Amino acid sequence: MRDLRSLALSGVLVLAALFAAPLASHADTRTEAVDTLAALQPSSGLVYADVPNDAGRALDLAWKLSPDDIPGTHRVTGYVVQRAPSPGGPWTAVDSVAAGVSAYTDGHVVRNAIYFYRIVTLGPAAAVPSGACAGPAIATSAWFNGTRGSVLAILLLFFALVLFYMYLAQSGQKPFVRRLAGIDAIEEAIGRATEMGRPVLYIPGILDIDELQTVAGLVILESVSRLTAKYATPIRVPVSYPIPFTIAQEIVKGSYLRAGTMDAYEADSVRFVSPEQFAFVAAVTGIMLRDRPAAHIFMGAFYGESLMLAETGFSTGAIQVAGTANVAQLPFFVVACDYTLIGEELFAASAYLSGEARLVGGLKGADMLKLALIALILVGCALETCGIHALTSWMRTQ
Amino acid sequence: MKRELPLLMTAVFGIIMIVGFFVPHEWASVPADYLQLCAVIVVAFGYVLGGANVFAVNLDAIVRKQRDWPYKLVLVSSMAVMLVFGLFVDRERFQDPATVSIWLYDHVYAPMNATMFALLAFFIASAAFRAFRIRTLEAGLLAAAALIVMLGRVPLGDVMVRGLVDHDGLPHAVRTLQISTLQQWIMDVPQNAAKRAVLIGAAMGIMATGLRVILGIERSYLGGGE
Repeated sequence: MRDLRSLALSGVLVLAALFAAPLASHADTRTEAVDTLAALQPSSGLVYADVPNDAGRALDLAWKLSPDDIPGTHRVTGYVVQRAPSPGGPWTAVDSVAAGVSAYTDGHVVRNAIYFYRIVTLGPAAAVPSGACAGPAIATSAWFNGTRGSVLAILLLFFALVLFYMYLAQSGQKPFVRRLAGIDAIEEAIGRATEMGRPVLYIPGILDIDELQTVAGLVILESVSRLTAKYATPIRVPVSYPIPFTIAQEIVKGSYLRAGTMDAYEADSVRFVSPEQFAFVAAVTGIMLRDRPAAHIFMGAFYGESLMLAETGFSTGAIQVAGTANVAQLPFFVVACDYTLIGEELFAASAYLSGEARLVGGLKGADMLKLALIALILVGCALETCGIHALTSWMRTQ
Repeated sequence: MKRELPLLMTAVFGIIMIVGFFVPHEWASVPADYLQLCAVIVVAFGYVLGGANVFAVNLDAIVRKQRDWPYKLVLVSSMAVMLVFGLFVDRERFQDPATVSIWLYDHVYAPMNATMFALLAFFIASAAFRAFRIRTLEAGLLAAAALIVMLGRVPLGDVMVRGLVDHDGLPHAVRTLQISTLQQWIMDVPQNAAKRAVLIGAAMGIMATGLRVILGIERSYLGGGE
């Protein structure tokens, strides 16, 4: 009997437990929801600072996370950064950040305007603004970007060296410039084109005038067109952007005018093609295959089209000279062209071709800075090896 | 005056841009930003000249029936069609992706562009064939480095090399050699060193050219001559 009673009691207890469990669980959930709503505490300690070294267009904000912002609990889902022109509002949302993030840079402020900020803490069912706002925050512009001090120092040193050696060259101490086979080959190539009665094709890169390689390409074009004008050889200059096109047109026309061979000048020798990379390639390869120029000269900035141009040119049997500072394209030119100017040789070409004392002096100044930079790199390596990071910190720019 | 004024403007604007790089203050940054906006407007006018040149050169070739003139006819008519649709038909909704000019760009121009780009693979193959002919010691080094890099960039490379070097008689270092690690070293150390040397030299060339242009020593871009 006792066994039966105890069995019945156990059954009742089990049933009670089975029924009670969902009720208890429901009650726990309700309690937790009430806790979440009740306990969601706002962030605090909002501080602001003007972003240094900028033009007064950004403010840094930092705050302490809400005490409920604990990873994995999902009690805080994020924060909304709000700003207003006065502490009383009206508040507008600037941006929102995820939970766990306690800093934000407002990069859309008006210089010298007053802003007040507050942080709204977001929960699953509530949004709680911080008790106090921070302000007045004002973004001001700096007079000097301190992180660019190293760049300024090197730039001033460079300018000083170049001007000094220009002065020396002008006063009779013209420095020696080593032979550049690629540039010597230009005259040879134009001579060959003249003998064969075929045109010269010159491409000053595929970028606009704001790229200095294009400027260098146009500077070399002046020397090339002077030679073609002298020999009354036709020249073809397809250009990819309108401003270099007008400059190239002036350069070529001026060369024929000065050489007194305007009869040999063709109005369509300089052509605007297209800024679209492969449309340009199609047009230029068409010129190569139709007009069969005897010399192809590529001087300037080139990208993926470099190999297509140089390989098509190679297949026509023309003598090819290329020059670019785009490192990734150099191997293609080296493979497919007879001569290649590598990197700085492109920029030295105008001094080499003109032989003008001031330009050659400038080359010497650049070489001296190169020596200084090599020394700087060695010193930097030694200091870093010794655990001294002052030089690398000084040279880090923004 | 025809030359002095452009030289003066180049010098002044160049100096403003340099100062704007170092001085974030509005006294320097606002004129620098303004000049860049002006440049955009000047470029827009340049496109008118460029477009006129395309029409003039190609129409002349069509009229004279020069070699391959039908291609030029295709170019001129395509340009005219795009201009008509862009300037007149789609003028009110030029940012709408459903315009005829954008359809023509996406369905006619873009596939042709991709076709041209695809040709690059064949050009690379023919150029590589010439580049890897071993005639000198340098060419041999180039070919060896290229072989290692090409093999190391594909998973099959490691498998092939492991099959070749995994023999009992060989030293441990050789047996555990991974060609992918070797190619990464080539790319990170010798390749990077050479690349940075070229870049530093080019950067100095750029600075020197910029200085020469600002100082008016380099004036070929004004049409040449003295």
